[in-house]
Amino acid sequence: MHQDEGFPVSRRGVIAGGVASATLVAAPAAAQAQTQGTAQSAPPTMPVTLKVNGRTTKINVDTRTTLLDALRENLKLTGTKKGCDHGQCGACTVIVEGRRINSCLTLAVMHEGEEITTIEGLGTPEKLHAMQAAFVKHDGYQCGYCTPGQICSAVATLGEIKAGIPSHVTGDISAQPTVTTDELRERMSGNICRCGAYANIIDAIHDVAGTERSA
Amino acid sequence: MKAFTYERATSAKEAASAAVRTPGAKFIAGGTNLLDLMKLQIETPQHLIDVNGLGLDKITPTADGGLRVGALVRNTDLAADARVRKDYGVLSRALVSGASGQLRNKATTAGNLLQRTRCPYFYDTTKPCNKRQPGSGCAAIGGFNRNLAVMGTSDACIATHPSDMAVAMRVLDATVETVNAASQTRAIPIADFHRLPGATPNIETSLAHGELITAVTLPKPIGGTHIYQKVRDRASYAFALISVAAVIQPGGRGRLAFGGLAHKPWRVESAEAQMPNGAKATASAVLAGARTTSQNAFKLPLVERTIGAVFEEAKA
Repeated sequence: MHQDEGFPVSRRGVIAGGVASATLVAAPAAAQAQTQGTAQSAPPTMPVTLKVNGRTTKINVDTRTTLLDALRENLKLTGTKKGCDHGQCGACTVIVEGRRINSCLTLAVMHEGEEITTIEGLGTPEKLHAMQAAFVKHDGYQCGYCTPGQICSAVATLGEIKAGIPSHVTGDISAQPTVTTDELRERMSGNICRCGAYANIIDAIHDVAGTERSA
Repeated sequence: MKAFTYERATSAKEAASAAVRTPGAKFIAGGTNLLDLMKLQIETPQHLIDVNGLGLDKITPTADGGLRVGALVRNTDLAADARVRKDYGVLSRALVSGASGQLRNKATTAGNLLQRTRCPYFYDTTKPCNKRQPGSGCAAIGGFNRNLAVMGTSDACIATHPSDMAVAMRVLDATVETVNAASQTRAIPIADFHRLPGATPNIETSLAHGELITAVTLPKPIGGTHIYQKVRDRASYAFALISVAAVIQPGGRGRLAFGGLAHKPWRVESAEAQMPNGAKATASAVLAGARTTSQNAFKLPLVERTIGAVFEEAKA
């Protein structure tokens, strides 16, 4: 799979092998699409064409499949992470039609033909996106689990400020917002970091924007 | 999540017809609240009608100088619209005080009005809840109810409506436009759109089965200073303990609506006459008939102080 190039031993492979969970490996889709109550009839499925990182793939999914599960389980793009699975943590953040969204709170079948960008589409290990490089430079993570969501959210956040979208801390909502530390903190509040790397994440985003952190 | 069938509607009439025709059908737009509830099997639709293709995503001027906001306009786009920022600032402010950037990018105008309460017992399927399972009782009364309602409650339910946007729409006297399967349209004043819990807290709005929201209209701008003051347990990405949507005119008269107090956006028009007399007089008129618990009684002084802060901000 193209997205695994450069990662011959993935963390996923290590974990799956380590716990030797046959059901986890063999039937990942069933993990979310539980079939209780529908033992007699197969749950409804639908074809959907997903355009992810410039690559078009037609898949057939249980209608319950979230965009997050389709990315991870069907397209094997495991950069996008599942944290809370309820839109509270932001680990699953991807960019759809130019907008960041929680991929756990939307169905795959609702994104027929839409342009989806995941962390794998922003940069590669050889050619990092500026935001990825800045997170490395500023140590914007510890465990790294929230990082793909943080980076997708950060890239979109700078876009939202540039597009003039106001935030809760924007003083004059009629004026063009600017990249300040308060703005970044407020706009990134949908991405939780259990390790508490927030200060360094803010530094990384400021670096990309060419602005300075204020106290 | 329970299994469901799925279709994409291409017209409002078709969507409404499908909802009437198909047992257990629900509309889905942004899906940020519905899918969350489906994962917890609090909502268990058998059929989803995706209304995202209906083209109801525009904000257009109305004949009387107001704005018609399509049902599918995303919260981000409504908050960022130049006309809304200029003439309906309280709405912009309320929108950006709610949820996260990711959620606002998906959540729609109609879906925001229709979101369900965040009462912890509504979410806990092992506990009684008259809203989730009519007749089962209310675990919140006598339970952990610090953030629940103090106005308009009943013995069956003390849940709050969680929306910020709806509170601003209430202060602006917005109107909810709908269509049904027979192509009949209705214009429902926002004051009559959400219901008080009474004995049937499971019925939350005045919408009929299969009736689809097509737009929310805002009357022509009323000027004044627009303020949305939200008080919550953390600085961002949290529901309101209480919130105040205010439009204040020179001289101190104006309008106030409140979030976090009731099963619907709370507004007491008769109390607005007290505004020039200060926060204490105003709060006491707004909160007449309050029913508190040992945990949420703090909301009453908090309302008075927040009104005071809003009045100060309006003078500044």
